[in-house]
Amino acid sequence: MLKSKTFVKKTRSGGVMKIVREHYLRDDIWCGSEFCVECKHDSTVLQKEAVIESDLCSSPHYIIPDTNVVLHQIDILEDPLIKNVIVLQTVLQEIRHRSAPVYKRIKDVIHTAAKHFYTFTNEHHRETFIEREQGESANDRNDRAIRTAAQWYSEHLKKAPDAQDLKIILLTNDKANKQKAEECGLSAYKCEEYIKSLIANPELVDRLALSSDDINEITTGKVLFPEHLPLSRIQAGIKSGSLLQGTFRASRDNYLEATVFIQGDGEDSTEVLIQGLQNLNRAVHQDVVAMELLPREAWASPSSLVLLDEGPKADSENLEEENVVRGRLPDNALLKPTGKVVGIIKRNWRPFCGMLSQSHIKEATRHLFTPADRRIPRIRVETRQAATLAGQRIMVAIDGWPKHSRYPNGHFVKALGNAGDKETETEVLLLEHDVPHQAFSQLVLSFLPKMPWAITEEVIRPVHLYTLCCNAMVRTLSGSFHRLAFSCIWEVNQDAEILHTRFTKSVINSKASLTYAEAQMRIDDSNMNDDITKSLRGLNRLAKILKKKRIEKGALTLSSPEVRFHMDSETHDPVDLQTKELKETNSMVEEFMLLANISVAQKIYDEFSECALLRKHPAPPLSNYDILNKAAKSRDVVVQMDSAKALADSLDRAQIKDFPYFNTLLRILATRCMMQAVYFCSGMDSDFHHYGLASPIYTHFTSPIRRYADIIVHRLLAVAIGADCTDPDLLDKHKRSALCNNLNYRHKMAQYAQRASVALHTQLFFKSRGVLNEEGFILFVRKNAIIVLIPKFGLEGTVFFESKDKITPPLTFNEEGPTLTVQNHTFHLFDRVKVTISLDSSNIQHQKIRMSIIEPVIPGVSVDPPEMEPQTKKARLNP
Amino acid sequence: MAGLELLSDQGYRLDGRKPSELRKVQARMGVFTQADGSAYIEQGNTKALAVVYGPHEVRGSRSKALHDRAVINCQYSMATFSTAERKRRPHGDRKSSEMSLHLKQTFEAAVLTSLYPRSQIDIFVKILQSDGGNYSACVNAATLAVIDAGIPMRDYVCACSAGFVENTAVVDLCHAEESGGGTVMSLALLPRGGQVALVQMDARLHQDHLDALMEAAMTACRSLGQVLDGVVRQHLQEVSVLTAE
Ligand SMILES: [Zn+2]
Repeated sequence: MLKSKTFVKKTRSGGVMKIVREHYLRDDIWCGSEFCVECKHDSTVLQKEAVIESDLCSSPHYIIPDTNVVLHQIDILEDPLIKNVIVLQTVLQEIRHRSAPVYKRIKDVIHTAAKHFYTFTNEHHRETFIEREQGESANDRNDRAIRTAAQWYSEHLKKAPDAQDLKIILLTNDKANKQKAEECGLSAYKCEEYIKSLIANPELVDRLALSSDDINEITTGKVLFPEHLPLSRIQAGIKSGSLLQGTFRASRDNYLEATVFIQGDGEDSTEVLIQGLQNLNRAVHQDVVAMELLPREAWASPSSLVLLDEGPKADSENLEEENVVRGRLPDNALLKPTGKVVGIIKRNWRPFCGMLSQSHIKEATRHLFTPADRRIPRIRVETRQAATLAGQRIMVAIDGWPKHSRYPNGHFVKALGNAGDKETETEVLLLEHDVPHQAFSQLVLSFLPKMPWAITEEVIRPVHLYTLCCNAMVRTLSGSFHRLAFSCIWEVNQDAEILHTRFTKSVINSKASLTYAEAQMRIDDSNMNDDITKSLRGLNRLAKILKKKRIEKGALTLSSPEVRFHMDSETHDPVDLQTKELKETNSMVEEFMLLANISVAQKIYDEFSECALLRKHPAPPLSNYDILNKAAKSRDVVVQMDSAKALADSLDRAQIKDFPYFNTLLRILATRCMMQAVYFCSGMDSDFHHYGLASPIYTHFTSPIRRYADIIVHRLLAVAIGADCTDPDLLDKHKRSALCNNLNYRHKMAQYAQRASVALHTQLFFKSRGVLNEEGFILFVRKNAIIVLIPKFGLEGTVFFESKDKITPPLTFNEEGPTLTVQNHTFHLFDRVKVTISLDSSNIQHQKIRMSIIEPVIPGVSVDPPEMEPQTKKARLNP
Repeated sequence: MAGLELLSDQGYRLDGRKPSELRKVQARMGVFTQADGSAYIEQGNTKALAVVYGPHEVRGSRSKALHDRAVINCQYSMATFSTAERKRRPHGDRKSSEMSLHLKQTFEAAVLTSLYPRSQIDIFVKILQSDGGNYSACVNAATLAVIDAGIPMRDYVCACSAGFVENTAVVDLCHAEESGGGTVMSLALLPRGGQVALVQMDARLHQDHLDALMEAAMTACRSLGQVLDGVVRQHLQEVSVLTAE
């Protein structure tokens, strides 16, 4: 306790308001080295065999990086080769303030036992704490603290037995710091110097981020961009109103154009247009920038041109041209506020996936990297592996964008695999959609029970229930194993009215494991009359009543075709596409799952009115129904949108003779009008209604194995029934709310990734199948294209009537219909067309499904039906 | 940007303490000679002064007097210069009256009031500098002042605060930790018998965690009790040396 220790008390002051904080210095902070016998640590982190083979230092050594080295060279530090690193508290604190992503990464590294990274709390160690001196900047003070700690380690470990050869190496790219360190007798190297000296791993050099010194060497020295304003002037400018702050969003189609979203007070936000390379001034998509509005006479309208950065040009030559924006619409009415970027408030760089465009000069080590995301500029990287990396998807991080450089500078992070491969492309789409998919860390796995694992034989009281627990049916449970579950048990009468609801932790003794199809067969087979089948029929009857009740209340049954791939059992490549077929048993299970979710939602809300995690689905504003309205009108069908019930009823009535698919199409369109359902914390919101399910309250409970929201709901429910205890975070509504925001973000990104994945598999399918001719329906009509849905595959594709290499036929677009007249043929919504589908792989990074019209025949526009290629080679893809 | 990291992965708090460690305590008794008892305490950067008058006749309205025990009158105030922002603090604002009431309840539980029926004991405490744990510092200072006044108590009353940071119970919170968002508990304990004189919380806490938090606070109170005991013994020694001369 306190008295046994001698504390020296220091205070530090800062800010405008004087803040006095105590700062205790301790002598019980240990060095963490295996060599040391003096420190009383329980376990050590730094090894005796701390040998990384290096030309600079052949003996064992511990590395101490300074803040900038960790900040910029985190890719290097994460490499398995780099071990036995001392991360000082000073460094960690600085990183925490400067970059949240790097902070998270370095903490992950520290938690990985195999990396042997040790955090030394130097600021609270009696012998390594230093006070800031008169006239010393905070940075200089921290540099000195780092040197002091390095020196302490050298001295401290000198006393340890067998540690004579051990060296402490300080890594810093700061010349002054390095020099001072050397003056104190420390071994200090620049990060590159050290990494280049490593004997075993020459490829590590590629991952070095360029330091500012090197950047100057590369560039011509000619200034291409205006200087960014320093942060102090930006802050003053924003305060006085002369500058605006916003999020920079690059255009996907035109690399010389971007918009900045400026969030105003409350809901309103303005969008400012930025055109031309100099005005874009090195901002990258998603950066937070400071910008200045141009005078009104310089305002412009968005250009309609698709303009891709065509790649390596000599710096500076074309720059004049790139500052003039071509293809501006002359229409004055379309003028938008226009501005220029004057400074960067916060960079939002992440590692980008893409491909290397190899330099034309042989043996060159500098190459341009083309990111998969078109909104990201090309990045200049230095690598010696260009030949190996050609045709591969790689990851690159941006290091900086100096004002003399046409492109930002970056470094190679890792290779993902051959472009076009299913595994590689899946990895790319997961990375690009920010879907975390790395293996669970040691820390997480340590919480799992040890295997083999069995239910401890507490008294398992058998409960025979007519109403099976619904989750018993969802999972395909194998045989008669006992499974732990969390059950929601209802007592219902013949009319499916709930008499009593009970929640309990349970052990399921599964009587049978049935797939949806098997269960369906039992229900339908009148010869089967065993207990299981009978109870299935009973459940099915109840489910039908429940569904009817739900629909009466106005629940929507909307369809959107879900695509299923039949995989080749050997190659795991898709061999056939099919839309998912739904059976009665699917609906049965769904009904009980919905009921469980609703019951649980009510229960946790009753118990935790402030912090229940719920899910709501807002009613869409009427304007959302525009497309649906027009579509229905075009076929003389009336769809009412006043309420969910009216909509559901009118959708049911919307039938056209001889066009059975019409109703499905209409429902697909209705789905597109809907709002996104979201998770929220009950204490932070007042509107709980779930529009689609017509339920006053709803949550996600039934799928804890694949959704995190369900896990939280399980925890809340466990507390509510007294089966578990809470932790403070669980009941903090602000933390709950932050979690909901994150869940919603992840959910959105996962949906995008899912769509991208379906697209990828569809592409792989068409790559192996060659050209296909199929029938489809027009789902949307655009100014220059129609969007066609192929029911057989649930596949949506665009038929463009404009293309670069063909003369555009006369197009007339009528917004009212909407209709599009091409030559003399007019396309209406829901028209039946025949298209030929093929894969366009002209751009390896952006392969797409291409559709062309076969029927109706329009001279000069439609194509002749190509010969169906016989299914030739097995689906093996070569980039 | 990022807020303060209240507890590092290595288990150190902002100021370098471990979760169960107290701040440095320094105290002196008998700082004023005119009062019957007085004491000054520093717990880290929180500094409090306590003065005790009595027991004496009940002042003001006689009806306040109790026939079987003494009335304890507490007054709490904060010096205008006690926080980083200088504020005029009128007497009797809601926070001060609440604090006065808490102190009254605490000392009614500890002082052997039945020895002094129909009389009154005044306890005045002032926070000179505030850095979290004001209530605790007041209680601890007042305990010393009451002892200095020679008024018998069942035991020392020791108070300490505790709260949760990252699911770890931390004790004797400084201002930055108190404003970190979690629930803060203040607990006053008679350490020898383990009786709790007062528990106070300003936000909700699930009862599952109450025990852990109380346990942490009680352990802290016990170690504070030892510190206070040391202060009293030291004081007695000094006084007896003086009187012996
Ligand atoms: Zn040591």
